[in-house]
Amino acid sequence: MSETRELPLAAAPSEAAVRQDASRRARLRSGQVTDFAIQASVLISIGIIWEIASRGGFVHPFLLPPLSEALMRLASNAAAGTLFVDLGLTLYRALSGFAISAAIAVPLGVMMARSAPVRWFFDPLVSIGFPMPKIAFLPIFILWLDIYDTAKITMVAFSCFFVIVSASYAGTLAVDRWQIWSARSFGASERQVLTEIILPMALPQILTGFQIALPVAMITTIVTEMLMGGRGIGGAMIMAGRFADSVGVFSGIIAIALLGFVVIRTLEVIRRRILVWHAEARSA
Amino acid sequence: MMSMAAPFRYAPLLILLLAWEAATTFGLISTQMLPHLTTVLASWWDLMVGGELPAQAYRSLSRSFTGLGAAVVLGIFIGVSMAGSRAFRLFANPIVQAFYPMPKSALIPVVIIWFGLGDMSKISLIFLGCMLPVVISSYNGARGVNPFFIWSARSLGASRAAVAVQVVLPGAMPEILNGVRTALAFSFILMVSSELVIARDGLGYLISTFGESGSYPAMFAVILTVAALGFIADRTYSAFMRYVLRWRES
Repeated sequence: MSETRELPLAAAPSEAAVRQDASRRARLRSGQVTDFAIQASVLISIGIIWEIASRGGFVHPFLLPPLSEALMRLASNAAAGTLFVDLGLTLYRALSGFAISAAIAVPLGVMMARSAPVRWFFDPLVSIGFPMPKIAFLPIFILWLDIYDTAKITMVAFSCFFVIVSASYAGTLAVDRWQIWSARSFGASERQVLTEIILPMALPQILTGFQIALPVAMITTIVTEMLMGGRGIGGAMIMAGRFADSVGVFSGIIAIALLGFVVIRTLEVIRRRILVWHAEARSA
Repeated sequence: MMSMAAPFRYAPLLILLLAWEAATTFGLISTQMLPHLTTVLASWWDLMVGGELPAQAYRSLSRSFTGLGAAVVLGIFIGVSMAGSRAFRLFANPIVQAFYPMPKSALIPVVIIWFGLGDMSKISLIFLGCMLPVVISSYNGARGVNPFFIWSARSLGASRAAVAVQVVLPGAMPEILNGVRTALAFSFILMVSSELVIARDGLGYLISTFGESGSYPAMFAVILTVAALGFIADRTYSAFMRYVLRWRES
């Protein structure tokens, strides 16, 4: 069980090897601008091809409605306010499930690394729970908690739980013993050792756990909304699908992609802010 | 701690299961909410002997592995090509970056529109959901290969394709295999999610029909089966991973 389960994230490439002198760096920066322009134009061309393919009848507009129509629908939903209600509810469920999960899972993971009895009891349960497809338990939560927000948020919390426990556990285990011993020998209390040494040292890995768990929370929230109905972007999309309203489905996809993008980027920014003192911030 | 005997190691699980049985037997929890563990096991046995569970599990797993297999093959190809060719990287990277943050379950209504309610919609959902972790890990792995190895092979006369297959791919293998492990977990999540939403057949369908008809022992039995399959798949895969990577110093 000492294996670390770090799942790969879309880390930005750090082609740091080349950054030697200033002139090189300037050339690199102009290269990055070109790269960015090319990459942006790829996305714009895909949008244009999408529009032409659909308008020109190359693809049936039911299978792929014109991008402009999906964007118009998005704009009208935004003007009517329903878009923000749906996105807000989805975000509320994902974030509260995630927060509840983190509030229990981080202390548990730290305790598992610090205390042998806790580790003995929870280690096998976590190692079984980690690879399980948690979403299969959804009907049990519906049975226990009905179909409203309580069941959805509980399901989300459950789906994030094992990822965060594992990350906190592995992060705490990896803390250098010498630093704990030196702090103790300088007379630090156990509480100080925890808050001044262990938690800061384990923080990068705990945050990596968060960065894996939050997308999982979003995936789960959307499935719960699709299955249990009610408002929320998942519910809105599945309703659009039932009424064969493909413009509604595609405008929903665009809205969810934007929401996911904002959530993931926000977490990356928070990580950089919190870990300013850490070596990884300097190398990035 | 590592050499702990298996029965002792998994004792907490046993305690949990005994607590489940005790709680239902002594009426702490209504059996309407949580059926007896023994009842669940009995209905699991019935479903196994009746052939219902193996048949639906076969349908689910075959879809899951078809989508995953296609995603692994194409994902490795795209990831390694992204690392090898600047032009291809500039083309593929924005697409990867745009799709990466999107919760993949949101594609369920889209694949229904494209492929209807049959096998194809679920397979393509699993394929799309599993591809990105493989692409990203292959790209990161291939980029991390020591360039001296590539230059040496090239200077010894290896073609670009030979370098990709004989130098880059083995060098990137540890990261690729980790990405495939993530994809394996995603394939199970998306398999169950799509079968719960598009309930036509498969394990997700069994869960939802048993749930709707109130046969809760059977529902619990199928859910526990899905959980066990996910666990077994992950454990088998990580044993395979250790075997493939046995040449590495750990």
